[in-house]
Amino acid sequence: MNNVCNQTCTGCGKEFSKGLWRQNPIFVQVLGMCPTLAVTTKALFGFSMGMATAFVLICSSLAVSVIRKLVPQQVRIATFTVIIATFVTCADYFLQANFYTISKELGPYVPLIVVNCIILGRQEAFASKNGVFRSLLDAIGMSVGFTAVLILLGSIRELLGFGTIFNFKILGAGFEHWVIMALPAGAFITLGFLIGLFNWMNKKSKSN
Amino acid sequence: MRNTVRIISVLTVVGLISGTALVLMYNYANPRIIKNQKNEMEKAVYKLFPNAKKYDKVAMGDDVVFKVTDKSGKSLGYAFIAEGNGYQGPIKMMAGIKPDLATLEGIEILESQETPGLGQEIASDNFRAQFDGLKTSPEITYVKNAKPGSPNEIQAITGATISSKAVCTILNEQIKTIKQKLSK
Repeated sequence: MNNVCNQTCTGCGKEFSKGLWRQNPIFVQVLGMCPTLAVTTKALFGFSMGMATAFVLICSSLAVSVIRKLVPQQVRIATFTVIIATFVTCADYFLQANFYTISKELGPYVPLIVVNCIILGRQEAFASKNGVFRSLLDAIGMSVGFTAVLILLGSIRELLGFGTIFNFKILGAGFEHWVIMALPAGAFITLGFLIGLFNWMNKKSKSN
Repeated sequence: MRNTVRIISVLTVVGLISGTALVLMYNYANPRIIKNQKNEMEKAVYKLFPNAKKYDKVAMGDDVVFKVTDKSGKSLGYAFIAEGNGYQGPIKMMAGIKPDLATLEGIEILESQETPGLGQEIASDNFRAQFDGLKTSPEITYVKNAKPGSPNEIQAITGATISSKAVCTILNEQIKTIKQKLSK
């Protein structure tokens, strides 16, 4: 984390792209594991969760970077938390009002975005120290990185656990569903393999 | 001292803005959420009674019963909500019962938090269809890993006996209560 805080921004493109790979919130920072593991039983839920988190992260980062110079050090965490909680509640109401079935499937995990460490982490490490534009790029990058991994994780688990991806039938009736992929253990197994693959790819590209 | 004033004022302003935003959001969302919940009930009623034209909500103590009638105003039966504990959380379902109170029309699962891929299958068509046309007495029972032999028996979902059992128990309980209240 520390090297992220002290990094002096050379190119603004970097602020965006670091969330995709180099500082990916799930693979590298390993933050926000609760929604990552819990809601990725299906690709659609991963996508919805990613969108809700992206909304909260981007709005919070904007708000925090705007008021960063006004907030006294002692109460910055309290202030950030109030801001984050407000956006999370708005996102939750919005989903319940417009995407009722999805909101029911995601259950308590939407309100739980409040305690997602990616969001508070980005406010502490980035938005409270950087300008509005850079904070926006940082938040979008992190959101895209987070959502992409949730969709990937959800697709793999849905494919093996239900034989579908985004509710489209991929594997025929002959395929015996791996029930474990729909259970929490399946989330840990898949995430473990994905992080392993990620590290292997990184190592390979470094040695080249 | 100056810092204290600043701390208080910043927190107050942030709190006020956030409060206002939440009130606005709530005012926008709440009527829609209530409508969504009502729609869901309505959909369940019409799914249970495909010929239904209209239904009347009747409150009976703690329970709500929907009196369902067809085009000509003839009674098709009653729909009611049954709620209880499943394997991981509450299960809420709607059940339909014919006017003679002796035959079950079917069930619809409204809410459940069972294990995805296992217990969640209680909401699948295959499982629910087993309840269509069952008698309301004697009590509905379940068998494991076998085709139901005796009448009023359903086959439990493999690997999700507790969820299957919960559906039966919740349903049996509520059928008893509703029958008592309706036959009065």
